[in-house]
Amino acid sequence: MKQKFDIIESTCVPLPLENIDTDQIIPARVLKATTRDESFFGENLFRDWRYDSQDRPKADFVFNQPDFSAAPCEGVHQVLVAGKNFGCGSSREHAAWAIAGYGFRVVVSSFFADIHKNNELNNFVLPVVVSEEFLSELFDSIAADSQARVRVDVPAQTITNLATGTQESFEINSYKKYCLMNAVDDIDYLLEQKDKIEAFENNRYETQNC
Amino acid sequence: MNTLFDKIWDSHVVNTITDGPVQLYIDRLYCHEVTSPQAFDGLRSRGISPLRPERIFCMPDHNTPTHDQDKEIEDPVSRRQVETLKANAEEFGLMHFGMMDSRNGIIHVVGPERGLSLPGMTIVCGDSHTSTHGAMGAVAFGIGTSEVEMVMASQCILQQKPKSMRISVEGQLGKGVTAKDVALYIMKNITTSGATGYFVEYAGSAVRSLSMEGRLTLCNLSIEMGARGGFIAPDQTTFDYLKGREYAPKGEDWDRAVEYWKTLRSGDDAVFDKEIVFDASDICPMITYGTNPGMGIAIDENIPSADSFSGEAAASFAKSLDYMGFDAGSSLLGKKIDYVFLGACTNGRIEDFRAFATIAAGRHKAEGVTAWLVPGSWEVSRQIREEGLDKILEAAGFEIRQPGCSACLAMNDDKIPAGKYSVSTSNRNFEGRQGPGARTLLASPLTAAAAAVTGVITDPRSLMD
Repeated sequence: MKQKFDIIESTCVPLPLENIDTDQIIPARVLKATTRDESFFGENLFRDWRYDSQDRPKADFVFNQPDFSAAPCEGVHQVLVAGKNFGCGSSREHAAWAIAGYGFRVVVSSFFADIHKNNELNNFVLPVVVSEEFLSELFDSIAADSQARVRVDVPAQTITNLATGTQESFEINSYKKYCLMNAVDDIDYLLEQKDKIEAFENNRYETQNC
Repeated sequence: MNTLFDKIWDSHVVNTITDGPVQLYIDRLYCHEVTSPQAFDGLRSRGISPLRPERIFCMPDHNTPTHDQDKEIEDPVSRRQVETLKANAEEFGLMHFGMMDSRNGIIHVVGPERGLSLPGMTIVCGDSHTSTHGAMGAVAFGIGTSEVEMVMASQCILQQKPKSMRISVEGQLGKGVTAKDVALYIMKNITTSGATGYFVEYAGSAVRSLSMEGRLTLCNLSIEMGARGGFIAPDQTTFDYLKGREYAPKGEDWDRAVEYWKTLRSGDDAVFDKEIVFDASDICPMITYGTNPGMGIAIDENIPSADSFSGEAAASFAKSLDYMGFDAGSSLLGKKIDYVFLGACTNGRIEDFRAFATIAAGRHKAEGVTAWLVPGSWEVSRQIREEGLDKILEAAGFEIRQPGCSACLAMNDDKIPAGKYSVSTSNRNFEGRQGPGARTLLASPLTAAAAAVTGVITDPRSLMD
């Protein structure tokens, strides 16, 4: 879903676990859909942590706790905060569709797996990489007050823990920043490069072109 | 600088965006049924067709049942995905190795086997185990569905250039130690995020001595270290493997290609962003005890104690052991198991079946163990029969199934029941990966065979001559 980014200020949903893999974000058996229905994938986000085998909500999972169960909307629960190496494992973009479909706009972690990070960006979900210290303080702030908020300023490339005032800059290259702020995707860009692609093909060595 | 990764990557750069990614030309795009339908929909909604259809190859593998493939797939949802791929390939004029086609199988087994994946190429697929094709000396990596659509539309992808890492394994591998053990050992040491942000070149005498099948297993597991991909410089082993394969160059084209492929090696002055060296003699048969592939131990070693971890890592370790039903500090040897899975893009090749058969020969599958032996492709299935391995395995009480991804991710009917223990030659032991509640222990085909014939976790070396 192409959505323009500017400044997001919201409460958070915490998942203080490391190495959350894409099989947990969305299990393989839910990947059989042939359409890109984000609401379907959103309903199945963290399927096996969220529901038991009889589809009953598991009370101990954060999405089912009273403080965090409200569906994301403007200013509420738009930010997922997760332990390091978020999104490792499978390349399934369904994981990013599920995160977007649930309503998250930003995922904060100290470390993201590469493929998943690209998948989030391609679906207009912003992965924000912060330091271990910032992440740990943010988890503490949310544990102390479930209403703790963060401010993610895309133009300024900063994230602020509004409970403590701690601020960090985050990296994003200027091309991707432009795409996010203007809701433009990579295919729009590539379709304009056809001449360069043909010139490249014509200049290759024969042996490279099997 | 001057690494083989630089050479291949840089020779495919079409355009560089200032303070942005590069536009990289892609030689091969492989599509399977799970991660492609939305990309085809994207093309249709933009009113465009693939720019270079001859560079795109499609085959179903994730949903395929491992029996009765000549009949209609029973699960209607799986059937629709497989049929959607066929219809999309037909609509856009793409090569499609469909069900029951003698060329069908798991994409990462079929690509090298058909000679489609060649040295020096850039190869992508909407599947993280695309890193497998790096064994041919190619830059191969997994991508998301938006990126699949990108490549269909433009034969290019926008990517940041990863950093380069060289992992060398020097010396001779010990008895019962396979490529799978080497990969699990590396992951145990550098963790599942140790190579995130990097492309890995595997080198050293132990790597060079691996067969093509072993190299494919090692490169397959690159993603489990977090790497975008991993590859091995092509050499005589590579050329011997490729010669005569269906899509490999022929005649004079072959000679020219080999001349070029021989230049594909890192310079003696190559500088990597990171270098790690391991001693082959330190590596034992490995097995995992936890819920990510980096949670491995030598088979005769104990699970780490709880005080080895702190903070979020301790919480993850405790959650993992609770899921697996294991105690910190305990040994896995002698632990009863329920299922054995031989197969997947990791270990579904002929050499893996040969290894399994060496342990199974003259023994019998243990009572109470369910074993699924799933070749990676019809070609592997054919070789198994040609070499008579099917007879050895059948005499030992094992049945060979039909090819596909199968119980690696349980998208078909091959699901491990909740709470059951599965010794699996696949690539991931994540919670629920082999079925909701399934408990997976990753290991080599030798270790899987040792578990299958004894019914408990067993050091395969104790069953080898």
